[in-house]
Amino acid sequence: MAEANASGAGAGRRNIFKTLEFDTRLLGMVGAFILVCIVFNVLTDGRFLTPRNIFNLTIQTVSVAIMATGMVFVIVTRNIDLSVGALLATCSAMMAITQTKLLPGLGLDYGNPVIAPLAIIVGLLTGGIIGAFQGWIVGYLTVPAFIVTLGGLLVWRNVAWYLTSGQTIGPLDDTFQTLGGIGGTLGVTGSWIFGVLATLVAWAAIAQARKARINHEFPVKPVWAEGVLMALSAAAILGFVAILNAYEVPTRVLRRSFEARGETMPEGFSAGYGIPYSVLLLIAVAVVMTMVARRTRLGRYIFATGGNPEAAELSGINTRLLTVKVFAVMGVLCALAGMVASARLSFHSNDIGTLDELRVIAAAVIGGTALAGGIGTIYGAILGALIMQSLQSGMAMVGVDAPFQNIVVGIVLVFAVLIDILYRKRTGDA
Amino acid sequence: MADRTGPPLVEMRDVSVSFGGIKAVDHVTVDLYPGEVVGLLGHNGAGKSTLIKCLSGAYRMDSGEILIDGQKAEIHNPRDARRYNIETIYQTLALADNLDAASNLFLGRELVTPTGLVDDAQMEAETRKIMARLNPNFRKFQDPVKALSGGQRQSVAIARAVYFNARILIMDEPTAALGPQETQMVAELIEQLKAQGLGIFLIEHDIHNVMKLCDRASVMKNGQLVGTVNVDEVTDEDILGMIILGKHPHR
Repeated sequence: MAEANASGAGAGRRNIFKTLEFDTRLLGMVGAFILVCIVFNVLTDGRFLTPRNIFNLTIQTVSVAIMATGMVFVIVTRNIDLSVGALLATCSAMMAITQTKLLPGLGLDYGNPVIAPLAIIVGLLTGGIIGAFQGWIVGYLTVPAFIVTLGGLLVWRNVAWYLTSGQTIGPLDDTFQTLGGIGGTLGVTGSWIFGVLATLVAWAAIAQARKARINHEFPVKPVWAEGVLMALSAAAILGFVAILNAYEVPTRVLRRSFEARGETMPEGFSAGYGIPYSVLLLIAVAVVMTMVARRTRLGRYIFATGGNPEAAELSGINTRLLTVKVFAVMGVLCALAGMVASARLSFHSNDIGTLDELRVIAAAVIGGTALAGGIGTIYGAILGALIMQSLQSGMAMVGVDAPFQNIVVGIVLVFAVLIDILYRKRTGDA
Repeated sequence: MADRTGPPLVEMRDVSVSFGGIKAVDHVTVDLYPGEVVGLLGHNGAGKSTLIKCLSGAYRMDSGEILIDGQKAEIHNPRDARRYNIETIYQTLALADNLDAASNLFLGRELVTPTGLVDDAQMEAETRKIMARLNPNFRKFQDPVKALSGGQRQSVAIARAVYFNARILIMDEPTAALGPQETQMVAELIEQLKAQGLGIFLIEHDIHNVMKLCDRASVMKNGQLVGTVNVDEVTDEDILGMIILGKHPHR
């Protein structure tokens, strides 16, 4: 009897989620993330969930999260990319050399506003071309992606070394450095404006989707469910903005910036950081990649090829070219991640991005991307990256020894996949 | 009844395909007229599927030619075949299991909005329309097709072939995985499509279905064509003799 009641209550709960059309896997991940945060918050006597730490967590996650969105496409098409960390290093080296040696050599002085954009273009081209080249070897020459990118890991890591003679290159261009995180933020007002606009866009998207279904006379969710969805999206976006705004710029930093402009800081002046540009970049990448995955032919073909490569081919999809495109996108994202990573450090270092390939793959897999192909979400990969980063920095804050940190992360990775397998077995969508 | 006054809808002339020295298809000629069902029969490995995959663009033939409406056709890949309004229902169904019915139906030919994004709502609406005709009990429009029964999956594959105004339809054992009721549904559909003037190549093992559904039967053995007969002029035994012994009944 008690069992019957329990299952009845469970069914009721499921129905609520079903009405809201929530992805239960997403809920699970959000739940896991919240749990990690709460546990560390208790262990650190409330230091984990402070605006300052959340701000830092966010900017530390950006580089891996950007690459993880591309890794979703790679893994969904039944491939793997082990070269992303090394490729990040090569892109970072190219961008660092361009801005500190190449362009100044051409007569562009330090601080010239075109240096950063030109360096970024060079980096994006490097990433895109190398990615496409690896994709061509995988797609057209049919060498397994595991081998191509394992070779790529060695090649690009050492191309970066060769290009820079192993030296640290810096300081990087000032404008370029604003993309690293704390060095460039929207400020309080800008962040609120962004938050409100983002909320309106989210609401418009929900309304638009509902209208399309009504136009075609498909069943729609009850109005209250849409209302809950709208309220939740607004709370999430504006809450995030509020937290980042609550992290105040230290007084000495403010005073210095006033002095740099030849002014004196008014007494009692304070300012919040707001959303870092690097996080805006991640949001933009997430939105674009989600659109590609769900609303473009390219995305449709990526998932179709992952689900059944033969069927995709028989449907007239050029799966070889598709592989080239997927790896090219991955390469461009490595360049973006390299840009954020080196800007955050304010220099290019020889070991930049080391072991990132493993973090990126782990983020995608923890985020629900199936190595068998055909299944994966962009938001899942970003959440996966966030969970990994939270674990890592949480343990560092608690004072767990470095070897144990990695041991825990390794165990969590395997455990997360195990849970996913059990979940899929139970729901039957293997 | 088939109209055989004009040129054949499809003529595959003197087609050969070999895989590493083994002749899978050896100088085979078959043809198909509008409003006709031609059965392709033979043992497993007789070369029927290989022959037909040349027409659907999945394989390339080593020699021979394909004529459509009497004109030489260049078919090098599945996209070319689709341009000639050739649609194929593969034995494996060739569905992407992780996608829903509408995504599979329009795979490679998605409907897009004016901005170039895929129009899922429109595709679902079209899928609902054609499913209402083919399989009125079909309800699972939101689920990935791996959640569907064999018959439902089959109806998605058939819908995909029928939706795009096929003129030439290739069906590779369409009823192999189906129950009696669904088999009957497919039989009725074949009659209906035939009446609309489509030409259908039907690969079929069940001799009973062949006698019921086909106008002519082309029998293959070891990559070669044994012969083509009008089904109403021969008996079950004649056809079985062709399949098993490679013996033409009129010789």
